[in-house]
Amino acid sequence: MSKDNQILEEFTSKEYEHGWNIDIEADQAPKGLNEDIVRFISAKKEEPEWLLEWRLKAYRAWTKMKEPKWANVGFPEINYQDIIYYSAPKQKAKPKSLNEVDPELLETFKKLGISLEEQKRLTGVAVDAVLDSVSVATTFKDKLAELGIIFCSFSEAVREHPELVKKHLGSVVPISDNYFAALNSAVFSDGSFCYIPKGVRCPMELSTYFRINAANTGQFERTLIVAEEGSYVSYLEGCTAPQRDENQLHAAVVEIYAKKDAEVKYSTVQNWYPGDKDGKGGIYNFVTKRGICAGDNSKISWTQVETGSSITWKYPSCILKGDNSIGEFYSVAVTNNMQQADTGTKMIHIGKNTKSRIVSKGVSAGHSQNSYRGQVKVMKRAEGARNFSQCDSLLMGDKCGAHTFPYIDIENKSAQIEHEATTSKIGEDQIFYCTQRGIDEEKAVALIVNGYCKEVLNQLPMEFAVEAQKLLALTLEGSVG
Amino acid sequence: MLSIKNLHASIEGKEILKGINLEVKPGEVHAIMGPNGSGKSTLASVLAGREEYEVTAGEVTYMGQDLLDLAPEERAREGVFLAFQYPVEIPGVSTTNFLKTALNEVREHKGLEPLDAVSFLTMMKEKMKLVEIDQTLLSRSLNEGFSGGEKKRNEVFQMAMLEPKLSILDETDSGLDIDALRIVANGVNKLKTNDNATIVVTHYQRLLDYIVPDYVHVLYKGKIVKSGSKELALELEEKGYDWIKEEADTTTT
Ligand SMILES: Nc1ncnc2c1ncn2[C@@H]1O[C@H](COP(=O)(O)OP(=O)(O)OP(=O)(O)O)[C@@H](O)[C@H]1O
Ligand SMILES: [Mg+2]
Repeated sequence: MSKDNQILEEFTSKEYEHGWNIDIEADQAPKGLNEDIVRFISAKKEEPEWLLEWRLKAYRAWTKMKEPKWANVGFPEINYQDIIYYSAPKQKAKPKSLNEVDPELLETFKKLGISLEEQKRLTGVAVDAVLDSVSVATTFKDKLAELGIIFCSFSEAVREHPELVKKHLGSVVPISDNYFAALNSAVFSDGSFCYIPKGVRCPMELSTYFRINAANTGQFERTLIVAEEGSYVSYLEGCTAPQRDENQLHAAVVEIYAKKDAEVKYSTVQNWYPGDKDGKGGIYNFVTKRGICAGDNSKISWTQVETGSSITWKYPSCILKGDNSIGEFYSVAVTNNMQQADTGTKMIHIGKNTKSRIVSKGVSAGHSQNSYRGQVKVMKRAEGARNFSQCDSLLMGDKCGAHTFPYIDIENKSAQIEHEATTSKIGEDQIFYCTQRGIDEEKAVALIVNGYCKEVLNQLPMEFAVEAQKLLALTLEGSVG
Repeated sequence: MLSIKNLHASIEGKEILKGINLEVKPGEVHAIMGPNGSGKSTLASVLAGREEYEVTAGEVTYMGQDLLDLAPEERAREGVFLAFQYPVEIPGVSTTNFLKTALNEVREHKGLEPLDAVSFLTMMKEKMKLVEIDQTLLSRSLNEGFSGGEKKRNEVFQMAMLEPKLSILDETDSGLDIDALRIVANGVNKLKTNDNATIVVTHYQRLLDYIVPDYVHVLYKGKIVKSGSKELALELEEKGYDWIKEEADTTTT
């Protein structure tokens, strides 16, 4: 830090000792971001001092950083001072029945095969007390509590388990890791916390979906998963229902900490609003996801199906620190119309005999741009490290683009690295073969694309996989002919 | 059932079919033979609706409808089936999954409910016996890494599942070993009823020992230059195509 900066920082933080001037009773913070806003958010959430300090540190780091420009995406300048960083969860007037819900949304639900009850839950239609998701969530929570598993909102974790949060927060993604992570650390609204005790195998898929408070986690979501020695958990993020949000910028952070012999499987289906055909109104999704295999023989596996957002900037990564630890990344990224995706992974081999596997399937249609960006780094001490990468791109039409940016960086000669990449198009002959059997072109494309993504979809839990398949078809609707 | 009149078709500006006439009635089996490149597969593709081929003249009526007016999937749902000379690979999609999708499309077109998993599997089992195809093959990616013979057997299996009215088998016999040829041919025969019709494209009379044709046609340079009974196939086997080519070339020039 330069002397000037240091002085500046001391000066600014001093001034704040005297308090700050936003009305804590306000439901919403004024536009823009400064230390007052950070304090306001923290106060609103009644956070302990250490967390406020942590946020402020992140904020200060952020002010010194620049928005990264290296990704293969383009978008108009974001004015960070034009964003509202806190607004109280609003009690919106709930629709009384599905008749009051946007018919377009209902049509999409129908195509995804989402049950009526589920549709009501997702659209916030008031439901019978018995069917209310809260009661489902409560029984679910009791079951987990018996095993000592903690699964709650981030705010609740800060209140109930501050020592666990304090110990692990920022341990995988440090506050100044990157521009968006720093921003998130300063202003994160809420998110999920998950803790699996030693030797416990979580008996069910943990889905954010069951968590009370899941709604309104907002645009700066924070997730922390801690897997103690010998534990196992499969965690599902998101839901295949279309998610619309007025906030254009989303910058989430997910951290996974896996100790010795622990295994964490993290699956995401991302279906944020991609914008209209001309790319207007879509979500900018700038996410930092990283896991550390801290202990020997631990394993972290990322599976993602990315179909939404107008811009996706996302590289779920693994730091393979423990010996014999394993990192996996399975990804399907589908872009259509004006969507842009720059996504991939980083596998950092530090421990001995660490293994990583990358399977990336990009599908581009319309005028979209789809990039795979991945790094495999083998450090000096990582004797016997192995990586296998498979990066496939599928192009539909000739107005879209597919790009691959693999970076390989090896400091230990014993490393075995394999990289395969293919680019293909859906063949006329494949489509004709399908249509000749009675399958129309649109369905044929969906079938072929699903087949192409099979290896990744197979990694998803069953119910999720079925919905993900339908989602792929939906995203590519209108991309043929 | 099928009536082809003066059908002309070209690809990339090159005329391949130059006036085909053919009448196929329900319950009939027609064999189409002819030298390489004479246009047999082209005819099959045009009937199935492959878009690369441009029909420049003529008409095709199928079950009282203008066949050329229908999209390929509509033709298929109406009962036109093509067993491909070169079946296409679709990675990651199993034959089972593929057929389930296809069958339910056809059923929907007929106003039927989609088959549930159990009925579908029961039907599969039954049809598998017909062509003696192995379950493991059906759960693999469609045609990917299949041997030549396996691909052909799979085509006839699909035909058995979809129960078409008009089947066009394009060199389904090539690639099959002697036993497989008998099995597959018997399968085709068992699928025969008085209401459906089959067009078999083949180079070998041997197939016609099993699938006995009512008519044999010789396609040469985009035209049917000779038609006859099954004896014509025997004659061709013995004498080759030269005499027919000569006949045809002298009459056209
Ligand atoms: N895409 C194409 N472009 C140019 N010519 C083509 C194309 N497809 C087919 N042809 C030509 O059309 C002619 C007829 O081909 P077709 O496949 O119908 O023959 P066939 O009678 O089925 O032959 P075989 O017995 O070898 O299967 C051939 O000369 C072939 O080269
Ligand atoms: Mg041919």
